Amino acid sequence: MKRITLFVLSIMLLSIILAACGGTTLECDDEIGCVEIGADEPIRIGYMLTISGATAFLGEDSRGGIEIAIDDRGGSLLDHELELVGEDSLCSAEGGQTAAQKVAADTQIVGVVGTNCSSAATSAMPILSEAGLVLISPSNTAPDLTDRAKTWQPGYYRTAHNDLFQGRVAAEYAYNELGARTAATIHDGSPYADGLQAVFADVFAELGGTITFQGAVNVGDTDMRPILTNVAADSPDLLYFPIFEPEGNFIPDQSTEISGLEDTIMFGADGMLVNGYAANTGPAAIGMYMSGPFVSGANYQALLDKWDAKFGGSPPSGFHAHAYDATNILLDAIEKVAQVGDDGSVLIGRQALRDAMTATAGFDGVTGTLSCSETGDCATGEALGIYQITDAEVSGGNWPPEVIFTP
Amino acid sequence: MTDSKPFDWRFLTRAGLLAGGIIIYTAAVGMIAVFQGRELLDGIFTLGQLLLVAPIIGANYIISRRSKGKQSIGHLLGNSAFVSLVAAMPVVALIILEGLIDIRAMFVSISPDLMAILTFGQDKLVGSFILILILIIVGFISSGMMLIQPLYRRAVLVGLGWVLGVGLMSELLTVTLRPLLGRAFLRLFFRNGTLLILSAIVIFFLAASLTFYWPSRKEQLHKRFAIMRPEQRKTLRSGTVVTGVILLLALPWIIGTFPSEILVNVGLFMLMGLGLNIAVGLAGLLDLGYVTNFAVGAYIAGILSTTGELGGAELSFWIIIPISVLAAMLTGFIFALPVLRMRGDYLAIATLGFGEIIRILALSDWFAPVIGGAQGILAIPSPTIGRIVFSGPQQIYYIILAACLLMIFVSFRLNNSRTGRQWMAIREDEDVAAAMGIDTVKAKLLAFTLSAASGGLAGAIFAAKLGTIFPHSFSLLISVNVLSLIIVGGMGSLPGIMVGALFLIGLPELLREFAEYRLLLYGALLIIMMLAKPEGLWPSAARRRELASSTD
Amino acid sequence: MRQRWFENFSWVGFILTSLRIITLVLVVVGIVGTLRSGKYTSSQWISLAVSGLAQGSIYALIALGYTLVYGILLMINFAHGEVFMAGAFTAVFVAEAFNKSGFLSQYPIISILILLVVASLVSMSVAILLERVAYRPLRGSPRLVPLLTAIGASFFLQYTFRGLYGSGFKSYPKVELVSGVINIGGSNIPIVQLVVFFSALLLMLALYWLVERTKMGKAMRAVSENKEVAALMGIDIDRVIVFTFAIGGILAGSAGVINGLYRPQGVNFFMGFFPGIKAFTAAVLGGIGSVPGAMLGGLFLGVFESIGPNLILEGLGIPGANQLKDAIAFTMLVLVLIFRPQGILGERLAEKKA
Repeated sequence: MKRITLFVLSIMLLSIILAACGGTTLECDDEIGCVEIGADEPIRIGYMLTISGATAFLGEDSRGGIEIAIDDRGGSLLDHELELVGEDSLCSAEGGQTAAQKVAADTQIVGVVGTNCSSAATSAMPILSEAGLVLISPSNTAPDLTDRAKTWQPGYYRTAHNDLFQGRVAAEYAYNELGARTAATIHDGSPYADGLQAVFADVFAELGGTITFQGAVNVGDTDMRPILTNVAADSPDLLYFPIFEPEGNFIPDQSTEISGLEDTIMFGADGMLVNGYAANTGPAAIGMYMSGPFVSGANYQALLDKWDAKFGGSPPSGFHAHAYDATNILLDAIEKVAQVGDDGSVLIGRQALRDAMTATAGFDGVTGTLSCSETGDCATGEALGIYQITDAEVSGGNWPPEVIFTP
Repeated sequence: MTDSKPFDWRFLTRAGLLAGGIIIYTAAVGMIAVFQGRELLDGIFTLGQLLLVAPIIGANYIISRRSKGKQSIGHLLGNSAFVSLVAAMPVVALIILEGLIDIRAMFVSISPDLMAILTFGQDKLVGSFILILILIIVGFISSGMMLIQPLYRRAVLVGLGWVLGVGLMSELLTVTLRPLLGRAFLRLFFRNGTLLILSAIVIFFLAASLTFYWPSRKEQLHKRFAIMRPEQRKTLRSGTVVTGVILLLALPWIIGTFPSEILVNVGLFMLMGLGLNIAVGLAGLLDLGYVTNFAVGAYIAGILSTTGELGGAELSFWIIIPISVLAAMLTGFIFALPVLRMRGDYLAIATLGFGEIIRILALSDWFAPVIGGAQGILAIPSPTIGRIVFSGPQQIYYIILAACLLMIFVSFRLNNSRTGRQWMAIREDEDVAAAMGIDTVKAKLLAFTLSAASGGLAGAIFAAKLGTIFPHSFSLLISVNVLSLIIVGGMGSLPGIMVGALFLIGLPELLREFAEYRLLLYGALLIIMMLAKPEGLWPSAARRRELASSTD
Repeated sequence: MRQRWFENFSWVGFILTSLRIITLVLVVVGIVGTLRSGKYTSSQWISLAVSGLAQGSIYALIALGYTLVYGILLMINFAHGEVFMAGAFTAVFVAEAFNKSGFLSQYPIISILILLVVASLVSMSVAILLERVAYRPLRGSPRLVPLLTAIGASFFLQYTFRGLYGSGFKSYPKVELVSGVINIGGSNIPIVQLVVFFSALLLMLALYWLVERTKMGKAMRAVSENKEVAALMGIDIDRVIVFTFAIGGILAGSAGVINGLYRPQGVNFFMGFFPGIKAFTAAVLGGIGSVPGAMLGGLFLGVFESIGPNLILEGLGIPGANQLKDAIAFTMLVLVLIFRPQGILGERLAEKKA
């Protein structure tokens, strides 16, 4: 027993001496502190996504995008291994808070990609901001998150479209380009869909259109006939339903059985811009419009190929490209502000990192050209596209559909 | 069992196939491949590899235990080799099959990565042989354990257990210990959150030698305690109590923010468990809609205190608490009225329905102008006393602690009261209780109402802790979790509720790292727990007596 | 007389009675309001009701699994929704393969039969495994204990299938044979809804025959009546219980494929959760333990969900009526249980004890 105590004590002593000797050459002069990475230590990046529960497809989708972005850099940055630390933040406020506490407790984490749901970000941001971290989200769309007067906190960024932007573009496109004068909206009780349809309805009315019906379904509903019958009573020109699979599949599919909706244009948003959405929905999806990230061209195709090679199949949701871009913006910013010591150790100033992220401009991502605003909205302007689904997507296996409009 | 044939091939094949099946299962759900990235021992041993060999260890443990050390070494090793070989067969079949057809079109987790792990990076033929060889060697080692003397075996197993435990928890340990001990010191034991070999060896020997020496020390301590004088004992006891109280008060500051966060979550559920226990544990009313009270408490607190758009009252947290509790009690009372005549499972589904109704109403566009609908309530301020702000988990902890202590006191008093006995009579047989002159209507209403109170309290604290409320937080899962923790802890037992909450709420938080397999493991644990201890982890004394006396 | 009335007066009874009256008034006001507004035509009501019947027959098939197990073991098999998911999720891969190879369009009926067999086999195996691992060792323990293992098994199965097949959404291919509409009494009814309804009816009749006319059915009824006596009469209880779980599994698996025909999309690991709760509700509504009760409860719930929100809530001027579908379904359940605490067709159990 005594010998063991002695042994433990001597180890402790030794370590204290070692700790005293091993000083680094870099000095931190950042106002909110630095992350110090030893020569043989990895750079730790966190993710906070919804990995379990009914929304797990969202988290799995984003995580794939993050992992591919890391793979694309050979798994390393500044000659340090990139380590991805994962947290299941669920799709809820309490999940976001707990995950944020865990991430914030780890002083070696440089930045975090996440969260999927705006509710999780709302409760996570005060903690992460306090800890000096940055959070860049691939799929938060709530306007409040980047509104200084509301819940914005320093260190928050997102590559997903603000509802205010996406909803406006959709409404303008519907009114001006498609010539719709009456419209109905359906949401699914998620803050995302509810927010988006509210903005759409406001802008559409502002432009002079009439909103005939605003309703909602529940996640888990499979029978859309009652609500569609309700919508059909006014035979609107357009039905806007910015929701997710599978409710988003049921609406166009079942609408073919409802009289009064024959000429109604179906309009969705990026929650349904999923490889497989068109094939899952079937012929009823032909002609449907969607707004979403400008994912087009060889870059995006390459991302899909990498996905197939790494995970098999195609991404389960529509935010992997946002996640890929978010990760790259974060990694670029780290690369920009990191100070590298002679021995290979790295020092990253936390405020400097935030400044570098805010300064992101003209970033050429797979979701279009991104430039971050003061409050962290990175996807504005041409990073949004309107798509139309054709038979090539439904039965030809083509994805994504062609972009027919950009604001 | 008694006739231990030296080579019972049926039994051995069954054990082997079971082990092989488990390996196939863990491989097919993707656990092996995902956990390959998680090192247990730096650069040597990963969690994925542990999963691969664990079923073999288990099977060998079962077969060698069955032999009770009566077999010769040759027989033992022969049996072990046979079992490992049988277990390896399905895995080898999978390896071969993977090359022939496109399994991945259906089973997404059977990836090239997985194959590389199973074949140790070699081609299929060589890899299969290596795999079989390794499995057999692992089998030999684990059944060889039976040959060691029990005292040493115990020490070795405990040592290995500790290394495994620390290895599994290394990430959490490093994060928690880093601020306390400093990065440089920690790096002696862990590298990037994984255990170093040297520290593993130290832990192993420490744990093993402690187990080895502890029994004799324990006896000495017992002896010393036995010869103490009464007043000495009293001092010792009060000393323990004082230390316990200090520890309880200082706990969040010792363990840091994230563990405190877990503790606060555990506390919230403990609070709800104490409440639900009144309805389920004492009065036997199966309530599957406990989330109703939680939601009412949280929404009342949110509306009354928010400084956001929906607010207006902006009351202090301390005024809100009694209002929330009263509101929850009122809801409990109102919802109890229609279900008074329902029994058992009818009651369960009706209350489940109430829980869903509340969630849907909270989410609905109908009430959105008042309680925010899908967008929830934002900007709920943290509680304050003077200058102290209860913002982080380390501060909220004290509110939870106080609330839990209060509820424990109330429950304790109820347990031994006249009302409590009436409830228990209703729980045992409602008709008989009514015949005995107990006003069952009144007693049931009281049970539902009182039970709701602590749900409302938990809800109010939840709102203040979170700062925001979204309707998605109030799902059926909460009711299920609260019910589960009562049953896992041991129905009607107060310490059981605490143990149950720690186990069912705390453990999954620690399992966070296992991300997508967290709930899978949680489900498996729930089943295993109930199979192993159907009476709960800490059953109440009365329950224990009942179980012992009744044969049914 | 007056004295008697006063003695019998209980204020709980008074509240319950007024509750009934208030709901009745609200329902009537809502229905009158909606009908007077003339927003929907009668053919719209008919097509909603028929689609509700189709939906309800799927609920009923799942509900039968709950009710059969409950009748025999007096336990809620909470994981039954996952049994349904297991079959539906597995068969979707077979359906995809059939569709790709053209087999489906060539031999639609044979394909559907094969799908039914595959899904039933998978669901049956899961149900039997569930009974063997999670329930059998706990027979005779307090009834809340198997409820908890059922909840655990539910998680376990969900995430197992997620690990096996991934978390994305799959969908059944469209079957030409059952698409299209047929005009009945002036309203267009999709053929698939009739197919769903009648195939579910067929399965339920087969079950009814099995329970009422065969030896095994007799054994099942005997075991549900009294286990000890049944055992004394030489009935192998374990076999009967396994058989019951197997039947429940087969019905759930078939429901998975039928559901796939009716609503091809949305196949993923979580798909069993909501139908599971709904079917459980239907089983209780009809009177848990009663086979015809489960059928009736399922159909009733399906139709009510389909026409309830539009018919009742809209007339009351409540916004977002369709969102409240589940809320009024549960409200209705509670009201039915107030009128008949044992469900529509349930017998008054003198609190059978497990």
